[in-house]
Amino acid sequence: MERVPILKIGDVLLVSIQVDLQDQTVLALQEDLADRIVRTGAHGVIIDITAVDIVDSFIGRTFATIASMSRLMDSETVVVGMRPAVAITLVELGLSLGGVRTALDLEEGMRLLGAGAPGARAPAADHS
Amino acid sequence: MTDGAAETRITDLLRSWREPVLDRWVELAFDAVGGRVTERELRTELSELYELVERAFGDDGAAMGELRATLAELSRGRARNGFSPSETAVGVFALKQALYERIRTTRDQRAYNDLIDFTSFVDELGLATFETYAATREQVIADQSEQLLELSTPVVKLWDGILGVPLVGTLDSARTQVVMETLLEALVDTGSRFAVIDITGVAAVDTEVAQHLMKTVMAARLMGTQCVISGIRPQIAQTIVTLGIEFGDIATKATLADALKYALDRSGVRVTGGPED
Repeated sequence: MERVPILKIGDVLLVSIQVDLQDQTVLALQEDLADRIVRTGAHGVIIDITAVDIVDSFIGRTFATIASMSRLMDSETVVVGMRPAVAITLVELGLSLGGVRTALDLEEGMRLLGAGAPGARAPAADHS
Repeated sequence: MTDGAAETRITDLLRSWREPVLDRWVELAFDAVGGRVTERELRTELSELYELVERAFGDDGAAMGELRATLAELSRGRARNGFSPSETAVGVFALKQALYERIRTTRDQRAYNDLIDFTSFVDELGLATFETYAATREQVIADQSEQLLELSTPVVKLWDGILGVPLVGTLDSARTQVVMETLLEALVDTGSRFAVIDITGVAAVDTEVAQHLMKTVMAARLMGTQCVISGIRPQIAQTIVTLGIEFGDIATKATLADALKYALDRSGVRVTGGPED
């Protein structure tokens, strides 16, 4: 079974999904993430699904589970780079992923978590 | 085509009376179209048809196919140029009268009997023009509604990172789908964090329309964009409340200007200057 790598950038864990998602893969990811969050004390998790074409209801729900799980461990989850087709599918399935924050791309997601891309301008102080 | 002899009789007559019958046909058909086609054009069309009818009625299979194709072409052209279906069909039916008038002068009993067969043959052709006419008009209508769909769903850029979607008309599932797809594609292309959906031009909001709006907003949110709905008129606000529709935590504003201001504030753009300065 394929495992999705989890990368650590500063305070944030980055999961970039490049494979076709199977139920088992997502469940393994959920476990791995929980471990890593506790081990690293990360404050944010970014799940990048730019390369994902198909998301079914189970995977959608697992994202929501991952989000609430990491919130319990004081870590914010952002799903970034969802494709239009995937968004439409999820809405048609009646999944709104409540509780999961979303962003257009990775950079935006990093900004949401207050991390900022390395070398980029300082986190925007817009939302004072 | 049951009786070989009968067909031959009419086919012979058609051949030998070609000029007078064709003349009379053109004359009758010309009256029917009311001068919107020149007599010369009509004569060219009809003489081609006449020849094909002559061959097709003589049991020539290939000619029959060709005749149908020519008729369909003629009928399509008429439909596009705004002729009524009866004007088109009467032009074809006139052939019966032209031939009948000719046969009456001869008092040829056999020809009279054969005329019945020929009449039903021409009727069939007339009906075929009707069908083509209807199909062509359907096609025109389908094309138009498709164009309308494209026309009515523009996505405009209001500011850096702020898109505007002015909706006009009625929202049904097909249109919502188009709006949703266009908006989401535009979000990806422009990387916008805000989208203002303006429903000033939407005639009425019922539960279904609200449902469609919610879906669009949800899909945009999944991609990381916040939607603001603007242009909710007093009557529509009343309807929405009366129907008990919940917009949840979706930001709604009275006018497009308010929505733009809200989005600008949220994206950290400060508008300076103004009447008080």
